[in-house]
Formats: sequence, structure tokens, C-alpha cells
Amino acid sequence: MFYREAGQYKTSYEADQALFPIRQDLVGIGVILLVAFVVIPLTANDFFLASIMIPFLVFSLAAIGLNVLTGFCGQLSLGTGAFMGVGAYAAYKLTTIFPDVNVVFLVLLSGFFAAFIGAIFGLPSLRIKGLYLAVTTLAAQFFLEWCFIRIPWLYNYNASGAIEIPKREMFGVVVSGAEATPLARYFVVLSITVAIAFLIANVLRGRIGRSWMMIRDMDIAAELMGIRPLQTKLMAFAVSSYICGVAGAMMVFFWLNAAEPSSYSITLSFQILFMVILGGLGSLGGAFLGAAFIWILPVALKFIPGAIGIEIGAETVEHLTFMVVGALIIFFLIVEPHGFARLWQIAKQKLRVWPFPY
Amino acid sequence: MLYDIFIDPFVQMYQMPDFFLQVLWEGFVAGILYALIALGFVLIFKASGVFNFAQGIMVVFAGLTLVGLHENGVPAYLALILTIGVMGILAYSIERVVMRPLVNQPDIILLMATIGLTYFLIGFGEFIFGGEPKRMIADELGLPTGSTAFEFGERGLVILQHIDVAAAVIAIIMVATLGVFFNKTRIGRALRAVADDHQAALSVGISLNQIWAIVWFAAGLVALATGIMWGARSDVSFALEIIAFKALPVLILGGFTSIPGAIIGGLIIGFGEKIGELYWGGLVGGGIESWLAYIIALIFLLFRPQGLFGEKIIERV
Amino acid sequence: MNAFVAKDELPQSVPATNSDVLLRVDNVSLAFGGVKAITDISFDILKGEIRAIIGPNGAGKTSMLNVINGFYHPQEGTITWRGSVRSKMRPYEAASQGIARTFQNVALFKGMTTLDNIMSGRSLKMHRNFFWQLLWRGPAEREEIEHRRKVEDIIDFLEIQAIRKTPVGRLPYGLQKRVELGRALAMEPELLLLDEPMAGMNLEEKEDMSRFILDVNQEFGTTIALIEHDMGVVMDLSDRVVVLDYGRKIADGSPEDVQKSQAVIDAYLGVSH
Repeated sequence: MFYREAGQYKTSYEADQALFPIRQDLVGIGVILLVAFVVIPLTANDFFLASIMIPFLVFSLAAIGLNVLTGFCGQLSLGTGAFMGVGAYAAYKLTTIFPDVNVVFLVLLSGFFAAFIGAIFGLPSLRIKGLYLAVTTLAAQFFLEWCFIRIPWLYNYNASGAIEIPKREMFGVVVSGAEATPLARYFVVLSITVAIAFLIANVLRGRIGRSWMMIRDMDIAAELMGIRPLQTKLMAFAVSSYICGVAGAMMVFFWLNAAEPSSYSITLSFQILFMVILGGLGSLGGAFLGAAFIWILPVALKFIPGAIGIEIGAETVEHLTFMVVGALIIFFLIVEPHGFARLWQIAKQKLRVWPFPY
Repeated sequence: MLYDIFIDPFVQMYQMPDFFLQVLWEGFVAGILYALIALGFVLIFKASGVFNFAQGIMVVFAGLTLVGLHENGVPAYLALILTIGVMGILAYSIERVVMRPLVNQPDIILLMATIGLTYFLIGFGEFIFGGEPKRMIADELGLPTGSTAFEFGERGLVILQHIDVAAAVIAIIMVATLGVFFNKTRIGRALRAVADDHQAALSVGISLNQIWAIVWFAAGLVALATGIMWGARSDVSFALEIIAFKALPVLILGGFTSIPGAIIGGLIIGFGEKIGELYWGGLVGGGIESWLAYIIALIFLLFRPQGLFGEKIIERV
Repeated sequence: MNAFVAKDELPQSVPATNSDVLLRVDNVSLAFGGVKAITDISFDILKGEIRAIIGPNGAGKTSMLNVINGFYHPQEGTITWRGSVRSKMRPYEAASQGIARTFQNVALFKGMTTLDNIMSGRSLKMHRNFFWQLLWRGPAEREEIEHRRKVEDIIDFLEIQAIRKTPVGRLPYGLQKRVELGRALAMEPELLLLDEPMAGMNLEEKEDMSRFILDVNQEFGTTIALIEHDMGVVMDLSDRVVVLDYGRKIADGSPEDVQKSQAVIDAYLGVSH
């Protein structure tokens, strides 16, 4: 009744190819952006911003990055954590070398280093496919992690082996380092995530996005239609790693303030992969839903026992969280292997015909 | 620099052959253990096409169950039998709750499900047994301890830990048994049929569910053996889970479906890793064990994408 | 099968001169390990004709198409494309030189809509780089629309307007084959290879497909090489036929000649040894 496109005629291909061809979707996105940019900053407290919204946005962006590679180009990667790490370390070195340059610009720049490294580790994808490729991306994960530990130059020879983010200002507001307010960080993270999400949505609906999907759906046919497999896959690796790199840099600059090599371990890779799979392979919106689920669920679980008046030790809660998350992952895979994005589509279809069943 | 890379290590090998032999032996034992984990993967992948990420945690879980039961006063051998029972129940539950509803889903979904399973088992194991490392009850199970030193050459010594010898023997027996089971028995034939084509196997009356429960159980047994052996060398703890990652390059080398491949792949990685670390690792600051296996596997794959024992893939359209 | 346009009502093609040869296959042999798929086959395809490749199952027909568009590399023999001898080439190079094809088992991009599938055929003709694609507004969008027009023409031609936005995985088999033809047409190929375009279709669908093939050949002047098992279709559609059996060429000529050939009759009906 409310969600129905009847009567919205498209008279040009421009309108038909728009990102949100249905008017209600356009309005919906507008509302979400309004909430994100206006309502949340006005109402939310620091804890909510710093512990929920900022990590959620960082993970969403990383999930978008992995989704480009796995969801759209069909190349399974378990090295996301390391590519994020490359972004973080690159950004850290850049701020050391160019202390006066705008930190946001450097964070965006650091993605290119991740893209370069990602493309190098994408080279085997020409010959190696599927699960074999997934295992070879582990080579990237472990090798890069080792570099973060063994190359002291990367962390400026700190005794702790960790990188610590210096204080940086932008337009007179402190945006990074320990003194930055959650609100300032939130705006930076939100702006970068939203901007990259829109830009990548553009790429995905055009020629390049299509060539990725061709490789994903039927690589042989794609090649017989003139797609160069290596070039296309490497581009996907590079773009994906760029986005992951920026997300990794944002993770340490605007959220954690400090990071060790173990922050970018294989666990992070899996977390991001879960977000992508549960959110829905090949769906940008799904990346946000998946990130929300994987990040917010454990946080929420920690508060549930206290909220209903049961006293359990913090360790037990952690164990239970692991169990519940594991079980829910299996549960959702069984219920809807195509992820939350598909559930959302089904819901939209139901809405379209509401109040009738079909 | 070039000298350090290309000549010096070989000079060392020649000058200290006893040390080199010791390294080879270490590599052999590590390789056998990698092969055992890889074997667990291969069993399940062969029969169901599932890349079972939970194999590593199953190793830990089996070890913890065994030790945990013993700590609570169950005699060692009874604890062993009970643990086998627990692995059976685990196999049945996994088949019933996870695998059966996910029949025919794409590989990546099944892979994800086993990672979900890994999370669950980590939480479950820690919840029951606690997170701290435990000592494996090797003595109580009658496994040999101590070591024998062999003199070698004029001034050399090679030390063999008895537990390592036992590990090698058990691994060999296990592989032989599995080989016979796969090739000679009715269930083994059904298993290979399922591996080839689910639907065709179903249509001739093979029960998928039964076969899957059996392979998960077999993988559970392999996990238990691995847990005991590896636990006896260090401790039983969740840190063991990381060795599961080591099994992956082994699988790449050997191919996902080949049992001999798993063994030989395990040995190549075991040797390569130890020799690489001890003779070349120092040049780049050490710790290269964490990724060397992957790089070996990766380079290898570039030349033979189908693994050592896989058949050459002819793509058809 | 009299619903088909009878071939002999059309103006007879002039005898082939050398310049009319679009593609020539000379003494090509292909083996997989010890299995010989193709043994010493030579034939040519003339500009503007419909050339059928027939033969029993396992005769090497699909392998032959795979050789032509660069997916397999023959161990022996050469392929001459538009007068120049072609060495080893990758499939995407064949595609960029104007060879398009459809597949025996439908090889559409399952996760994409009909429209996107056919748009994917335009990939080689679209050039806006990554940074224009990021912006979308402006050149990238204009290019997209320009090609969308061409694609819509093909959609109209194949009468599949109604399934434009349907993911192809959900379409019935006959329509999938049609979309696949549309995707190949979108490449505006000079040579169109059709691998069993009518397999698994009912009579009505076959008639539609035959009409499309003839229209493509006559209106766009596209040269077509097709593999087909339905002899009625082959005899009605094709100008010349080459017959393979066990990887060897056993006959080559007009449909009438081939029908009379003893070797062909033996291959199809079997012969007592």
C-alpha cells in the first residue's frame, strides 16, 4: 500500500538506470541519511557513537570492500584483515612523513598502498580458483601480519610494537588521536563510508561492475565475450583492497587510536567475511546489515545477562557469546543462504502487495 | 648476501650432518601431524564437498574432552572410549543440525557454516573446560615417553623422542586403515559414490545422511588421534587451533581429495618449513614458519593448479 | 518443417572466390592427453553463409567451435581468419576480432537480469574508464544509454521485452537460449557460432529460433556457423554442411550432397563390419 511503484512511469533510460529507480527507496535512503547525519549526532551519547556507530561504519566499509571482490567478482578472500592492516600502517607512515597534510586525505591515500599489495596477491587468481584461491589469500594474511611484526620501520621502532595515532586537526577540530571527540570522529567516518559506498555503487551498475559479475557467474563465457580475466580480476582485487585499506586506516585512526599487528589478524578477516555472507553476497545494503549483525550482536549479548538480573562472570559471557554467534551464523545460513539482503527483498515484495497475501 | 642465501645454508648442512638429520626428523614429525589434520579435511571434503574449517577445533575439542574426563576421575582408557563416543555424538549432531539442512548449497556457504561451527565449539569448549591449557594424559594412556639418542658420525647426536616415533607409527596405521576402509568395504564404495555425485548416489539407494555421519565420525577419530599426539608434544589448548591453518597449504599441495596427497603434502610442508626456518629464517629475522608453508603452496599452485595428485582439469563449455 | 523459409527461394550465392573466405581451418588436430578429439580437419566458412557442422555425439563438433574461438589450442594445423593466419590466441582476442558464440549448455550470467546479460555483450564496445564510472553522471551515463538503445533494439528483435528485468536463472530454457543469442548479437559479430541453438526446444520454439537465425543472417549479414542435431533444421537453414565423425571430416558440401553421401549414412545409421 505504501511501498508500491505502480504509476511511476519511467520515460527515459536515465530514470530507469538510476540507483534508486523506485521513489519510495529514494525517500527511504534520504531518511536514513538524515538520521545518520542529523538525528544520531543530536541524540546519541559518546558511548553509542564510539563503541557502536563508529566500529559499525568501519566494518560496513570493509564489508563493502570484500563484497566487491567476493560478492561481485566471485573471488573468495581470507586476507581482508591483512589488507586492512596495510591501509592502517600505510596511513600511519604517511602521517609520520607528512605531519602537516590533512589526515583524512592521507587515510584516503593509504588505500592505494593496500590496492597495490592486494593486486599483487591477486595475481594467482588467474590460475587458481575457488577454495584454492581462498587458501592462497591466507598466504597474504600471514605474510603481511609477519611484516607488521618484523619490520620495525612500519611502526616507527616503537618499543611496544604498536602504532599509536598522533593528534591531528581538520578545520580546527581534532579528528584523530586520543583527544578527538567521538562526534568529530563519527562525522569523518560516516562521510567517508557514505561517499565510498555511493561511488562504488556507480561502478557496480556500469561496465566494470558488469564485467566483474560476468567473471563471477561464468568466467569462461565472460572470456569468450571479450573480458580479459586477469585484468578484470586484478582490478577487483585492487578496488576491493583500496576500500578495505581505507577501512583499516579508519579503524585505527578514528576508532582504536592504537593498533597492534594482532588487530589485523585472521580473526578480523573472518569477521568481515561473515558480515558479507550473512548480509548477502553481492549486495551493498547487505554489507551494512551484516556489519550491524556481527558487530552489534556481541555487544548486545554482553548486556543481556545484566539487564535481566543474572550475574555471570565476564569470561562466561564471552564464551556464551561465541556459542550464540556461532549458532546464529549457522541458523541464518540455513534459513536464508543469500543473507539479510534477500530477506529484505522478500519483505519488500510482501510490502508491495500488502494488505493482500499475493 | 647471495652467499648467505645460496651457499652458506648448504655448507652448514654438510658440515653438521647430525644437526641436519635432526632437522629432517623434526620436519618429518611435524609433517606427519600436518598430514593427520589434512587427512581429517580430506575425509570430509571427499564425501561431501565441504571444506571443514572446524577440523582444527575438533582436534582441540577431542583432546580437551579426553583430558577433562580424566581430570574428573575417569580412568584413562575409559575416558578414551567415552571421548570416542562424544565424537560420535558430535558427528551425528553436526550431520543432523548443520549439514543436512544445507545440502546442495554453494561451497562458500558450507565453508561459512563450518566456521560458524568453529565459533560455536570454541565457545562450548571454553565454557565447559575453561580456557587454560591442559597437560595431555600421555603416560596414563601408555604412550611411550623419553628419548633415544643415536650417535651419528664421529661427534654427532640425533635425538628421537619416543612419542614422535609413536605418532608416526599411529599415523601410518591410521592411513592404512582408512585406505582399506575406502577401497575394500561396502561403506567405502558408497562413500566414493557420494563423493562423485550426490544425486546419482541417492538414486541407487545410498543414504547420504548415514554416509555423512560416518565421515564426520571418522574425521572426529582422526582429530582425536591428532589431539593426543600434538597434545603430548605441547599442551592441549585452544592455541592448537592455529595448526589447522597449517593443514591448508598441505591440502593445496596434495589436492583436496587425495589421501596420499595429504600425507605427501604434509611431509613436504613439514620438511620445507623446518629447513627453511632453521637455515634461511635467520636472514629475514626469523618467524617465517608462520607463512613459509603458504608461499611454498602458492608457488607450487602457480605451476600445478590442480595439486600434486589432482587430475589435469580440462575446462568444457 | 515446411514452416521454414525454403533456402532455394533465395538468390543463389556466387561461387566462392578466395576473398570470400571468412575463416579457413587447415589440417587441425586436437588431443587431450591420449584422446584425439579432432584429427586433421580442414574446411572453410564463407562470408555471409550459414555453415552447419553436424555429426553424431562425440564427433568433435563442440571442440571444433572451441578451437575456432580460441578456447582450445590445437596441436597441429592453422586457422586463417580474414586472410591472415592466426597463431595461438586467447578467447578474448577472438571476441575482439568479431567472433561471438552461444553455448550447448546455456552459459548465461545467472545472477544478472536479461538486460544486464545482453548489455554484457557490449562490454568490448564500451570504453569509459574507472574514474568516469565512479562519477556516473556525464560520459559514463551517456555511454551506458547509447548502448542501452542498441540493446533495446535487440530485445525488440528477439521479442523478449517482458523479461527485461528478470534474473535469467528464473527463465524457462527456451527463453534462456534466446537471451543467449541476444547476448551474442549484442557483440555485433562478424562470425556467430551457435552450439545447438535448438537443443531441448519444442517445435514452436524451434520455428522461432530458426526465424531469428535466418533474420540475423539476412538482415545483418552475419556469417553463422551452427551445430545442430535436428536434421530438418540443418537442411532448411544451412547453405553448406560439414559432417564430422570420431573427430574426422567425412563429408562437406551442400545439404543435398551431404544427404546422399554414403559415409554420412553409415555414420548415422551404423554399418555392419
